[in-house]
Amino acid sequence: MAIQSSIKANLYKDSVSLMRISQVTVARTGVQRVTLLMGTRSNKEFLQQAGLMSPALEGAKPGDIMIVVADDAPEKRAAAEQEIHSLIVGEEPKGGSAEAAADAPPRSISRGVAIADHADLAMISVPGPYAAAEALKALRRGLNVLLFSDNVPIEQEQAIKRVAAQKGLLVMGPDCGTAIINGVPLGFANVVRRGAIGLVGASGTGLQEVMCQIHRHGQGISQAIGTGSHDVSSEVGGITMLQGLELLAADAQTKVVAIVSKPPARDVQKRVIERAGAIGKPVVICFLGGEPAASAGNVHRTSSLEETARQAVALTGARQPGGDEQSIEALATRICASLAPTQRYLRGLYSGGTFCSEAQTIWRAAGIRTRSNAPLAEADRLADVEASQGHTAIDLGSDEFTVGRPHPMIDYGVRIERLLKEADDPTVACIVLDVVLGYGSHPNPAEILAPAIRRAKAAARAQGRELPVICFVCGTDADPQAYETQKAMLADAGAEIVGSSTGAARAAQAIASRMEADDNATGRRVMQGGER
Amino acid sequence: MNAAPSALQNKTSVISLGASDLDRGVESSGAPLVRLQWQPVGDGSPEVAWSLAQLVGDTTDADCLGSRIDRANAQVLERILTAQPVWVDIAAHASEVWPDMGRTLLHAGPPIAWNDMCGPMKGGVVGAILYENWAPSPRDAEQLVASGGIRFAPCHEFGAVGPMTGIISPSMPLFVVQNKTSGNRAYAPMMESGGAKTLRFGAFAPEVIEGLKLIETVLAPCLKAAVAGIDGGLPLKPLMSQSLHMGDDVHNRNTAATLLLYRAVTESLLKSSISRDLAHETLRTIGADDMFFLSLSMAACKATMDAAHGVPFSSIVTAMARNGVNVGIRVSGLNGQWFVGPADIPVGLFLPGFSEADANPDIGDSAITETAGLGAFAMAAAPAMVQFVGGTPQDALRYSREMAHVTIGRNPGFTLPMLDFIGAPVGIDVRKVVDESKRPVINTATAHKEPGMGIIGAGVVQAPMKCFVDAVGALATIGAR
Repeated sequence: MAIQSSIKANLYKDSVSLMRISQVTVARTGVQRVTLLMGTRSNKEFLQQAGLMSPALEGAKPGDIMIVVADDAPEKRAAAEQEIHSLIVGEEPKGGSAEAAADAPPRSISRGVAIADHADLAMISVPGPYAAAEALKALRRGLNVLLFSDNVPIEQEQAIKRVAAQKGLLVMGPDCGTAIINGVPLGFANVVRRGAIGLVGASGTGLQEVMCQIHRHGQGISQAIGTGSHDVSSEVGGITMLQGLELLAADAQTKVVAIVSKPPARDVQKRVIERAGAIGKPVVICFLGGEPAASAGNVHRTSSLEETARQAVALTGARQPGGDEQSIEALATRICASLAPTQRYLRGLYSGGTFCSEAQTIWRAAGIRTRSNAPLAEADRLADVEASQGHTAIDLGSDEFTVGRPHPMIDYGVRIERLLKEADDPTVACIVLDVVLGYGSHPNPAEILAPAIRRAKAAARAQGRELPVICFVCGTDADPQAYETQKAMLADAGAEIVGSSTGAARAAQAIASRMEADDNATGRRVMQGGER
Repeated sequence: MNAAPSALQNKTSVISLGASDLDRGVESSGAPLVRLQWQPVGDGSPEVAWSLAQLVGDTTDADCLGSRIDRANAQVLERILTAQPVWVDIAAHASEVWPDMGRTLLHAGPPIAWNDMCGPMKGGVVGAILYENWAPSPRDAEQLVASGGIRFAPCHEFGAVGPMTGIISPSMPLFVVQNKTSGNRAYAPMMESGGAKTLRFGAFAPEVIEGLKLIETVLAPCLKAAVAGIDGGLPLKPLMSQSLHMGDDVHNRNTAATLLLYRAVTESLLKSSISRDLAHETLRTIGADDMFFLSLSMAACKATMDAAHGVPFSSIVTAMARNGVNVGIRVSGLNGQWFVGPADIPVGLFLPGFSEADANPDIGDSAITETAGLGAFAMAAAPAMVQFVGGTPQDALRYSREMAHVTIGRNPGFTLPMLDFIGAPVGIDVRKVVDESKRPVINTATAHKEPGMGIIGAGVVQAPMKCFVDAVGALATIGAR
């Protein structure tokens, strides 16, 4: 039998430990024979007698381990030797073992990676000042990052995106609320079927609304990559949006790409459109609130979330979904008929920032000046976020409302308070509310919101007027909250349910436009309230 | 810029930290998910968190600071694991080792001025001055110090380690331990018998000075002869390894190691020309003190860790020492710099009649054992001891498990039977201490805060986070240069 000998220097082990290692090695590798002995004179004599001594072991000192492996198959000898060395060092407890279970739960990324099943993505929602540090640690260990946290210093955002780009990894965020990667919903995400449309977006609720509509049109999502709201600034340069485009270009399942974002910085916009033109797949681009732009080649420009979803669906080859313009008009007519002449102003109370800016875009296009805490133009910033002024659209998810409390998609308290306050205002023509379903959102929003809508409507009625409340539900039949049930509960409370964020904004716009037209036609002048 | 194919090609497997509500989608998708119990790192400051993140190694970026640190640390670990500390000699007097020391007193822990010293340390200084005959009375001794007549330096800066006050004066005999792998030597004074009335607890009564003289005149010559009779010296690593399997941690419990030493010394003494009376006195001294081996354990660890010191970029702690006021650490890649923070009072048991109010903050160089992966790091080997420090056998296992999270390797030379013979964790990485917000645990005796009152209890104590946070900051500065 062939033998192979080596020395592990300067390592004392007692004979029991050595016998145990020999035994385990034989059991695991099937090698014929393993002999492990400290390099003492008597042990060398023993090896001599057993015919296992070799010149390689002559220099062994009493503090060295002599390793002798005997087997005719060289690969078995090599395997055994490797096993012996790993057993000598000692084995870390295996996942699932009693020893591993006795260990404290991991608190660091490094320990998380050590115990995870090939982790490749870190979802980070720790406070902003700490978030980039955790992201950098994850990137260094080869993980992609979804950074839910906001308030990350800009130079740290730049630094982590630079490292990520070098390493070919993605940083989704900071301030990235949603993503679906390989069918795994991350953060605030709806349950949608998988399909051929890949999304990249700098606006979380915009992505959610587009993916829900695509699902409701019968199509599905390959990937949804959030970039976070700062990515398209010139400081960051759209690194993640461009990476996302490349990823979707290379992804075999993705047939059509859709981009949803607020208008990027000019240089970023140019690069994104250029790249989009060159990826060899149809791309729908919606820079919400930006200048209308003409489609060219494979790049299709849209100006609303609804249009984006429809266009993307049509480009997959499926039948283009029909619009709901007629029913919106009918709704506006019906609502206007119930209003008093004083009721002229729109109040959008949004939990989704994208919905707030989409509404302002649509209303602006109809010549309606809207005040907001997140205005399209600085001149339209609300003086006091607590007090609406004329037509007003509020983003209740922005910092001034969320410091120290949960996001309004989770906690409806602030929104309900505001709803009841608006119900007291005789100049309000209608309220628009979004209800976002999916993972991360409130488990049963209609249960909270429906009674509040009833109270608001009753309060207005007690003052001798109707208070129309237009709702849209961003969700799908597969969401844990159940789309149809939520809609039914809200409708039962007297809310008008519209099928999309865009539809809701359009219905509101139609109401405002008509009230003004009526106003002009009859020559009435309302002296109180806000101004136009 | 590269595309990121890995983001979509692998099966998605998630690590989540922060708000657990965001996990729901991942959970329901069935994708693998590990949720972290995240807390801010280190002292909780975002600046430290960001500095720390700059120090993370990257297998695809060999030039980044973290990767340099990782490579340096691998070298340090190799030096620790291959160290062969051997007891080779007794220096009859410290001044033999350092002929220029003059009126220098070495002390435990990081540097400290006389005015800042705690009670026991001041007592030890007075005792050493009396022992050296540099002053006739305690009052004169204090005046001598106050007038600047004594120079102080940490033992650690002289390749030495001392238990508790750790005072080493020129006439004291020292154990000499040589690391046969790297050739460097380390020194430690001998344990005095006499319980509370010892210099290491700050006592300076006449019988304390007598005890020191006995060490100098009886114990030292006998042990010098004994070790001379052991061919090549006494290898300490196998002895310590064996004593771990006999219930020692070789820091706070040295019962087995002392017996093994006794066994080695006995035969050698009997073979030597030492008189029967002196041999008897020596063996009686060793046999009467379960902690006698601690000096050798500390010197062995010091000889090991000094060889690991000075590897550029390394973030491994090579010394962790307390002077009764502050804890200081040294880091292999950060030259001789001390990073200090305030010492805590050990948590554990007190002897009858004493309480926490009597306790001095953590003191002594013996945390070199933890630095070298023994002591509390090997606590799983010493279940008998946990009762002494106020814990349960489960706590012993827990310390060894948890310390594996702040170290970079395991020492196959020091295995832990209760943890399936895995090697004791070794190589404290300041990055991991900060990242895990887990301070290294130290087994220790508790000293009375008044000089010469001796040991009043024992317990465990943790090194202050500030040391590690500051070291991380210093490493990040290297990167910025």
